[in-house]
Amino acid sequence: MELVVRQLDYWVTTYRRTWKGSVVSSFVMPLLFLSAMGIGLGGYVDDSSGPRVLAGVSYLAFIAPGLLATTAMQTAVLESSFAVFGKFKWNKVYSSMTATPLRVVDVLNGNLLYVGFRLATTCAVFLLVLAAFGVAGSVVGALGALLSAVLVGLACTTPVFGYSAWIKTDSSFAVLFRLGLIPMFLFSGAFFPVEQMPDTVEWLAYLTPVWHGVELCRDFTLGTASWWPGVGHVAYLLVWVVVGWLWARKTFERRLVGASS
Amino acid sequence: MHATTVGEPLVRARGLTKTYGDFTAVRGIDVEVRPGEAFGFLGPNGAGKSSAMRMIGAVSPVSAGELRILGLDPASDGPAIRARLGVCPQEDSLDMEITVRENLTVYGRYFGLSRVECRERADELLDFVQLTDKAGDSVEDLSGGMKRRLTIARSLINRPELLLLDEPTTGLDPQARHLVWERLFRLKQQGVTLVLTTHYMDEAEQLCDRLVVMDNGVIVAEGSPLELIAAHSTREVTELRFGVGEHEAVASKVSDLAQRVEILPDRLLLYTDEGEAAAIAVHDRGLRPVAVLVRRSTLEDVFLRLTGRTLVD
Repeated sequence: MELVVRQLDYWVTTYRRTWKGSVVSSFVMPLLFLSAMGIGLGGYVDDSSGPRVLAGVSYLAFIAPGLLATTAMQTAVLESSFAVFGKFKWNKVYSSMTATPLRVVDVLNGNLLYVGFRLATTCAVFLLVLAAFGVAGSVVGALGALLSAVLVGLACTTPVFGYSAWIKTDSSFAVLFRLGLIPMFLFSGAFFPVEQMPDTVEWLAYLTPVWHGVELCRDFTLGTASWWPGVGHVAYLLVWVVVGWLWARKTFERRLVGASS
Repeated sequence: MHATTVGEPLVRARGLTKTYGDFTAVRGIDVEVRPGEAFGFLGPNGAGKSSAMRMIGAVSPVSAGELRILGLDPASDGPAIRARLGVCPQEDSLDMEITVRENLTVYGRYFGLSRVECRERADELLDFVQLTDKAGDSVEDLSGGMKRRLTIARSLINRPELLLLDEPTTGLDPQARHLVWERLFRLKQQGVTLVLTTHYMDEAEQLCDRLVVMDNGVIVAEGSPLELIAAHSTREVTELRFGVGEHEAVASKVSDLAQRVEILPDRLLLYTDEGEAAAIAVHDRGLRPVAVLVRRSTLEDVFLRLTGRTLVD
């Protein structure tokens, strides 16, 4: 753990250069999405079949937690894709770190902690905006939603760390974004209940970590959280975190140390 | 308290081997680096120098053979070894997003130094590598030579007992190279043990007390630059340049004038202890080279002799 803490100054120093921009965009993005989709599009939805399909919940209140969870996913992928790949290939920051007493696993965990911090701050700001729109739920609900959003963010982070250490060229990110990020953004229940879709799509949605994150966040902000399926969602997301971490550790080792033959 | 005692080698390798799948990069080399010396791995690209260095840096695991660094086993004591090493990699691995000085202060923290220590040493080292007035600049704005000097400064932040330099001046212009050599020479005088790889014979001659010549993953010769030249080459070399394609034919006419003749695509090399005399004898035979150069033997000649190839191609 001490070896991980030694990286704190590095992450603080780099974050100091970008924090203003990242805070501003954390405020602006939810503002734009909630205005356009929640209020603009939501006006039509609430006037048509929305109240029936959404069990009386306003469209704004329905998509608010969905946007929170998908924002966590986007932040996670942003901080785990090019940012990680570049530290292997472009500026070799990881190699310079592993030439010191730090081990590969310390470098990996240090970077993951930084992403955890980015997730927590981005999602906290997001929740403040939701509160301003009156759709963040109770204080306990909002805190539960924050933890859930960080969890789904981490469930997206560790596998993408593994992927970024595994690929050879940055053009491979196009595959991840088109086949992973964008479908998950659109079809994980953030904007409409997945039951609206054909069965296959519905079941594919259940397999994604983001659907579980959306459901968790929504149950917390709407105040409908219960032990079941809550614990199931958390457990499923933890599996993604752990399996992703194991894979990332393997690909990081291979990339920084080379094959152990 | 250090695990090593005075005079004990800082690096000791026996049958050191590195394989990557089917490819063997280092084929059982024996190396010993003694305290205070500047030790070099000389060889062309792909000779296995960098693979050997990565094992000595306690980053890349040993495939076979025995390796002790500072008396410790890198397989079990990696972090403890790396805490006492300085590493200057072949490609600059500086962080472009933070300032010149922050590159040093942040790096010192990885070694567990306090923030105060990091700041003090950063200022000392910036002074040492003559970058004090660039302290607050972005790394991106530095020239290649400045980046390399900053990388060297960074590798010294933990006051290493052993400094590893992989191709320290590759890619630098002549002036920048001399500035780097001069700084490394100062470190050597301060008693820092240097291990470096290079494919420049002039660099090896300038810096190394002792070196091994590597080719295809094996060591083909070992000694001080002067010993190697004495053992594997003549005192002088007469270089003759004729028209393209004529060198083969001329070689047979002058082979008796030297102990050995090498035919390169662009010139003939006559190995002899009396270079001037050989040049005159060539002239007396009615041969008229486009250019004649008499010079002393270098490590380049040693390498050519041992491997039949030139170092830089």
